[in-house]
Amino acid sequence: MRTLSACLLGAVAVLAAGVASAADVTLLNVSYDPTRELYKAINTAFSAQWKTKTGDNLTVNMSHGGSGKQARAVIDGLDADVVTLALAYDIDSIAKIGHLMDAGWQKRLPDNSTPYTSTIVFLVRKGNPWKIHDWSDLIKPGIQIVVPNPKTSGGARWAYLAAWAYAEKKPGGSADKAKAYVAELYKHVPVLDTGARGSTTTFGERGIGDVLICWENEAYLALDEMGRDKFDIIYPTVSILAEPPVAVVDKNADKHKTRKVAEAYLQFLYSKEAQEIEAKNHYRPRDAQILASHPELKKLPLYSVDEVFGGWQKAQATHFADGGVFDHIYKPGGK
Amino acid sequence: MTDATMTEFALPRPRAATADHPVARALLTATAMFFIALFLLLPLITVFAQALKNGVSTALAAIVEPDALSAVKMTLIAAGIAVPLNVVFGLAASWAISKFDFRGKSFLITLIDLPFSVSPVISGLVYVLLFGMMGWFGPWLREHDIKIIFAIPGIVLATMFVTFPFVARELIPLMSDQGRDEEEAATSLGASGLQTFRRVTLPNIKWGLLYGVLLCNARAMGEFGAVSVVSGHIRGQTNTMPLHIEVLYNDYQFVAAFAVASLLALLALVTLTVKTFLEWHYADEIAAVHKH
Amino acid sequence: MSSAGALALPSTSWRTRSALPGFGLSLGFTIFYLSTVVLIPLAALIIRPWELGLSGFVAEVTAPRVLAALKLSFGAAAVGAVLNTVFGLIVAWVLVRYRFPGKRLVDALVDLPFALPTAVAGIALSALYAPNGWLGAPLMWLGVKAAYTPLGVVIALTFIGLPFVVRTLQPVLNDLSRDHEEAAATLGASRLQTFRRVVFPALLPALITGSALAFARAVGEYGSVIFIAGNLPLRSEIAPLLIIIKLEEFDYAGAASVGVVMLGVSFLILLILNGLQALMAKRR
Repeated sequence: MRTLSACLLGAVAVLAAGVASAADVTLLNVSYDPTRELYKAINTAFSAQWKTKTGDNLTVNMSHGGSGKQARAVIDGLDADVVTLALAYDIDSIAKIGHLMDAGWQKRLPDNSTPYTSTIVFLVRKGNPWKIHDWSDLIKPGIQIVVPNPKTSGGARWAYLAAWAYAEKKPGGSADKAKAYVAELYKHVPVLDTGARGSTTTFGERGIGDVLICWENEAYLALDEMGRDKFDIIYPTVSILAEPPVAVVDKNADKHKTRKVAEAYLQFLYSKEAQEIEAKNHYRPRDAQILASHPELKKLPLYSVDEVFGGWQKAQATHFADGGVFDHIYKPGGK
Repeated sequence: MTDATMTEFALPRPRAATADHPVARALLTATAMFFIALFLLLPLITVFAQALKNGVSTALAAIVEPDALSAVKMTLIAAGIAVPLNVVFGLAASWAISKFDFRGKSFLITLIDLPFSVSPVISGLVYVLLFGMMGWFGPWLREHDIKIIFAIPGIVLATMFVTFPFVARELIPLMSDQGRDEEEAATSLGASGLQTFRRVTLPNIKWGLLYGVLLCNARAMGEFGAVSVVSGHIRGQTNTMPLHIEVLYNDYQFVAAFAVASLLALLALVTLTVKTFLEWHYADEIAAVHKH
Repeated sequence: MSSAGALALPSTSWRTRSALPGFGLSLGFTIFYLSTVVLIPLAALIIRPWELGLSGFVAEVTAPRVLAALKLSFGAAAVGAVLNTVFGLIVAWVLVRYRFPGKRLVDALVDLPFALPTAVAGIALSALYAPNGWLGAPLMWLGVKAAYTPLGVVIALTFIGLPFVVRTLQPVLNDLSRDHEEAAATLGASRLQTFRRVVFPALLPALITGSALAFARAVGEYGSVIFIAGNLPLRSEIAPLLIIIKLEEFDYAGAASVGVVMLGVSFLILLILNGLQALMAKRR
């Protein structure tokens, strides 16, 4: 009898809890281009977890696009609760120009607020007919390189910085030599797409170019989507440590009263479960153990933006801002 | 086009004098067909070929998926508001311009044409400059919790802007061409303005108006650049069909992307079929209009 | 809107009296709607660049890269408009005057560039004209590179503009009575003479309107062009892309500067053409 009443009580309690607090919660995650597949999986996992924890039905809405464009949309009023962008500079802009969060956002979560990292690799046609193995091979005469425009694509900025870091840090390298190398490299580019996905399509579907410089995750996705028998992934000897950071957009989250769930969502990205999802989607998880269990994400020396370029603010100002080094490469007569 | 065809039907062709030489006729037809094939037919076939690459059921699945349906809904809302407003405007503008003489007329026509020459990127941008957080009214709107850009009103506004001149542009040359004698006759016989418009003007411009509405509608549904700037791209919420197509394309779902694209193309073909049917159904009426 | 009201008041000084009613209402509404939807938003654009000052504005729009992009956008749009004028006239003529199997289908097809989202058009065109595409491969064999060159831009802009010419011509061609043609023919004029002397002058205003619209529309086109253009600075980069790039740099003023120049030039061209058209309408 007692057990029965206890059961009933429990059931009533559960029902009551269910009725009283099962609210519908929505989050808007504004992200960059290549993370579509990743966040689709993450959102499913986190919503399920959130449901068991709080009983609330969580829907995470996604908006994808070029990282810079997305940052601008948030500044212009797109109601993002969290942003998960390609580079820290773009979130800095949201803090500095939009005043939607405080400038110290990157200190709030572990590892520079970057739950997963990535790097830049080469995708070549099957069999690697041009024998491309490292950055120096890219500027052999006759090779055509496909890479997006650093002005409009976050991934392209990482690619540019990776090339630069290689040329500056190699034995006998210098900033001047790096500039010459990068200028030479962009002379081999026949198409500058506006985004990472556009470049992959140009290379994969349209058959333009001999090598695509792209995100590691994008390269694996291209293999999955367009056929493993068509392309090979080439890891250069060195590359760059690409850190795509995440942050809660304070003002929006407070306005929507979603801060708690937004913070939990971002923290979830560091959990074992999420780290495994990230690795499966070819991002490099921070968790060393999980990273080690994915040997396809090859170990290679990676430079960070801080050590070579003195941080994103500086890198942006020197290289990508109006009149910066990248513009100089395309100045008439400035060849 | 129809009335010409109809006249040919109606009369036992005493019009040899105005017929073109058979060789010229064949050459012209061939040139037109070649141009159409190269620039219009082939891209269209590409769209359908890509959409049906993996069979009809895959294509259908892409269309009935919830995000796609929500995109269809957004597109219908945007076109449903923008097109009627632009029709009212088009009628008012062409009435004022074609039935009256006043100074600055060609300047006014040019202003009406202006949205054509504005890059779609800019047409979106102007609303961001007005209603964005960094713009004139953004902070005030936010304080009062009114959403314009990155929500439905922004999408409707951008669509209105882009399709603004279509109806007016179709009607102005037509109504100018027809002059104002008939209307003046009607008013001198005591008809009110509204009566004159309904009984005299409207029947005369009916088919031009229909062209205008169709063009306006097609463009409203297909607009990409401007809407893209103000939409925010929230999947299942603020994506219109063209934006959804871009999303799918970027998701490597090429087949699905082209499936939704072919839906838009089909939509256009259906409206044109409706137009054709109407013309056929009311053929006598049209012929009558053009006889006097 | 008070100015609209004032304008709408019938005053004999700037307009000729007409027997028809509704002038104030129709013009008033026209100006009100025009202001709300088009002019006020555009004012926001036009005011923006002046944060740079005049010299800043001039420096912004005379940068070599901006000039090259403007030249490409206007040049390719002009070539596209010329192609569309010639072929659009032929297409409209064939569609109105001749009967042949499949005519309805062809007529429907003309609207395709309107109906097809520009992004899809861009994807379809670049798939067609890429070196491995149905048309790109044979062209490649002939030594012509179409996609990812300025030629690709012309192709996309021609595609975009075609319906403007055809659809502007069709109703006028429909309404064109054949009596004059008959008269010319009975007076002994050849078919070509009749066309040149009788038909063509009647069509000219609509033809000019159509090509002007095709041109103006093409200048600003973005969605369909970026996929097929190659987007190389100084070579195949169009002006609207530069606007986007400047926006990415949070350079709202710079973006608006390029926008204002494009707007200004297109506006001037439209104004001249409309003036020309009005002149011709009076002559007739």
